[in-house]
Amino acid sequence: MPVDQSLVGRCFPPTRPHEVTEEQVRAFVTATGGQYDGGPAPATFPIVLAFDAMNAFLAAESIDLFRIVHGEQKFAYERPVVPGDVLSATLSVASLRQIGGNDIIGTTSEIADAGGAVVCRTSATLVHRGADA
Amino acid sequence: MTLETRTFTITRADLARYAEASGDHNPIHQDEAVARSVGLPGVIAHGMYTMALAARAVGDWFPGAEVVSFGCKFTSPVVVPPEGGVEVEVAGEVKGTDDGLTTVVLTVTCDGQKVLGMPKAVVRA
Repeated sequence: MPVDQSLVGRCFPPTRPHEVTEEQVRAFVTATGGQYDGGPAPATFPIVLAFDAMNAFLAAESIDLFRIVHGEQKFAYERPVVPGDVLSATLSVASLRQIGGNDIIGTTSEIADAGGAVVCRTSATLVHRGADA
Repeated sequence: MTLETRTFTITRADLARYAEASGDHNPIHQDEAVARSVGLPGVIAHGMYTMALAARAVGDWFPGAEVVSFGCKFTSPVVVPPEGGVEVEVAGEVKGTDDGLTTVVLTVTCDGQKVLGMPKAVVRA
């Protein structure tokens, strides 16, 4: 079933504040084969927050995660994420189009710290593979 | 300026660890049957896993440099076999430096095929 067109422009509630811990950054770094000696989180770490926001969006719209394939991801950073940050992501649906039975969903997420300052803005293109695509 | 190409290996165990660490438990990165049911050739790496490897290469090339922006398209899936692993190569080229910001254009391939579209990082280095 195609995703509802009226979603475009919709902004979802901020995700529950999440405290970034050293353990979590270390787990993220070692999962990608690196070694963590403290300091800022890797450049792709904010996806953890953006993914949380995306999951809430998918649940709200009854979209199955297993039908989602990642099309594109862009990050623009105000500053690196560091352990101790308490972050929350706010997702908006920027665009929606249908191609060959798939929905192409464009989202943007703003990741802010406990003081409300933006740490990172990220945009994602999600390909929702239709049941008969 | 051409940067030294980095090679990384991705295994299914890596994907399981990454799912735990990132919260991305999409079964297309774990379960062959689910991946095939949505038309994929098999279990594929998280696009963000491959992108994280590209970020590792950038970190190796510019140690300690702050990344200002980073983006790519996921143009071709990285299929990860049940046994052993798959190699991903990350090549990079410095395109220029302006106002303290260095633009790095990457080429990320698996089996000779590009898997990321227009991967680009801007670092303060």
